[in-house]
Amino acid sequence: MSDTFPENSVGLVTPEVVHFDDPLELACGRTLHNYQLMVETYGELNSEKSNAILICHALSGNHHAAGYHSVDDKKPGWWENHIGPGKPFDTNQFFIVCPNNLGGCHGSTGPSSINPDTGKPWGVDFPPLRARDWVQSQAKLADRLGIQQWAAVAGGSLGGMQAMRWALEYPDRIRHAIVIASAMKLSAQNIAFNEIARNAIKSDPDFRDGHFLESNTLPRNGLALARMIGHVTYLSDELMGNKFGRELRSGSFQQGQDTPIEFQVESYLRHQGDAFSSNFDANTYLLMTKALDYFDLAREYGNDPVKAFGHALCDFLVVSFSTDWRFAPERSQETVKALIDANKNVSYAAIDSNLGHDAFLLPNERYEHILTAYMSRVASTADHSEQRAASMEGSL
Amino acid sequence: MSIRTDLDIIQQWIAPKSRVLDLACGDGTLLKNLKQHKQVESYGLEIDPDKITHAIANGVNVVETNLDQGLSQFPDNSFDVVVMTQALQVMRYPHLVLEEMLRIGKECIVTFPNFGNWRARTSLLLHGRMPVTKQLAYQWYDTPNIHFCTVNDFEALCDEQKIRLIHKEFVAERIPDKQIKGIWPNLFSDTAIYLLSK
Repeated sequence: MSDTFPENSVGLVTPEVVHFDDPLELACGRTLHNYQLMVETYGELNSEKSNAILICHALSGNHHAAGYHSVDDKKPGWWENHIGPGKPFDTNQFFIVCPNNLGGCHGSTGPSSINPDTGKPWGVDFPPLRARDWVQSQAKLADRLGIQQWAAVAGGSLGGMQAMRWALEYPDRIRHAIVIASAMKLSAQNIAFNEIARNAIKSDPDFRDGHFLESNTLPRNGLALARMIGHVTYLSDELMGNKFGRELRSGSFQQGQDTPIEFQVESYLRHQGDAFSSNFDANTYLLMTKALDYFDLAREYGNDPVKAFGHALCDFLVVSFSTDWRFAPERSQETVKALIDANKNVSYAAIDSNLGHDAFLLPNERYEHILTAYMSRVASTADHSEQRAASMEGSL
Repeated sequence: MSIRTDLDIIQQWIAPKSRVLDLACGDGTLLKNLKQHKQVESYGLEIDPDKITHAIANGVNVVETNLDQGLSQFPDNSFDVVVMTQALQVMRYPHLVLEEMLRIGKECIVTFPNFGNWRARTSLLLHGRMPVTKQLAYQWYDTPNIHFCTVNDFEALCDEQKIRLIHKEFVAERIPDKQIKGIWPNLFSDTAIYLLSK
């Protein structure tokens, strides 16, 4: 336990619930008549409201991107490495907003919320969501905060997809899109992994066809298994080799001994699965993986990513990691190619890392340098709009 | 005169608002200048991590790319000008890179250190050692420069590949090279600069 937080942390943070009573029309054709988003913010919004950054979380993330919820908190937010005073997303310069996505299970309206029509938890009846629904709800959040235009929208993986969707849906409301370890659409292999994870959940008898909350059960085993599958695909072979190798946690291969054998990696995976299954909602997991599968940036632009990006007005930073095989560097390179062919401003860094897909969450010197360099550009455009605003005020 | 006089000359050859691709763009100095003075739309390709970081901070579009793996991602004639400054000699296959540049760009600008300069020749002749110059301060066994050529070598290659030479300029920093480089560029220039097309 520590009374003080690291100097470069935003420290103690308190999430806030933001209610919306205006209906949200969803891509699936259904409407949410009211909803709430759980939101964390760090730093100060400047008087011109030109320094706001939206952070979009990935599959299993939430609004808690940085800082600590209490002095006893052992773990900070999921992007603590990159958000804080003096860090790439510098809270001394930027006002950073991170909501829990709609459909999530950490305070925003989702499958574990009560359906006002039935008085029972939504469960599997919660409307299916797409990235564009999140983007729309984030735009409403921006309206509520008085932010006309984000200085940048940033995210990794599924978060990067939201940043790209932002660039197409609200081109005049975003100056920079930071797209990390992401893709314009998932590959068949990726969808297959998600389907295995969904099947793991659905085949747990405690899933009860998605109405487990009403039955006071939790499909813990299924969710843990889903997480174990996902987790393996987020790591690299090299990393697992270095971290666990063939080390045994218990038992022995000595001849004449018949003790049960457990590899370290087995124990690690079981721990990951168990920890996840106790704080994540199975229906949210289904919803998020489907949103990932359905995402196809260029679908309604004649399947032409160049035409799709033709609608964007912002600048782009694209980042990939060498051992990421879920969102391989090739996927990022496809995004970059489409952006260049569409004549958009884009920079791309292919970071060497042995950490697999999870690298986007973890410390890496070069990754930090790239983000810091790019954010200095974002800051300069935030300053310019301050100057523009100032000169406009002067002329009035 | 700055060390990169070649960059000043290149700027004069690029029309305002051109679409420019800079191969091995380094820290983005050329593109930053072209953006400011010629309002070009531009992308730089670079492989060195530190240079990429600097280029990003310089506000230019930089795309991490290994040029030796080809440029097939760029369509034919998709750029007005493709530039490569002082990097031909580090390429694995300079002639193929040149071919690719001319496929992607309507025009190409290439600059390279002239190994036919009398100082390089003298070093080899008198000392029997591979030249190590201020501009190219590497030992033979540890140098990124694996394909040196002279002005004459380059023009022979262009002739062989039926590449049209639109303009050429030669740069020399020192006396007497500076004064007489025009008479015998292959002997007196440090750097050669070419504007090429198919």
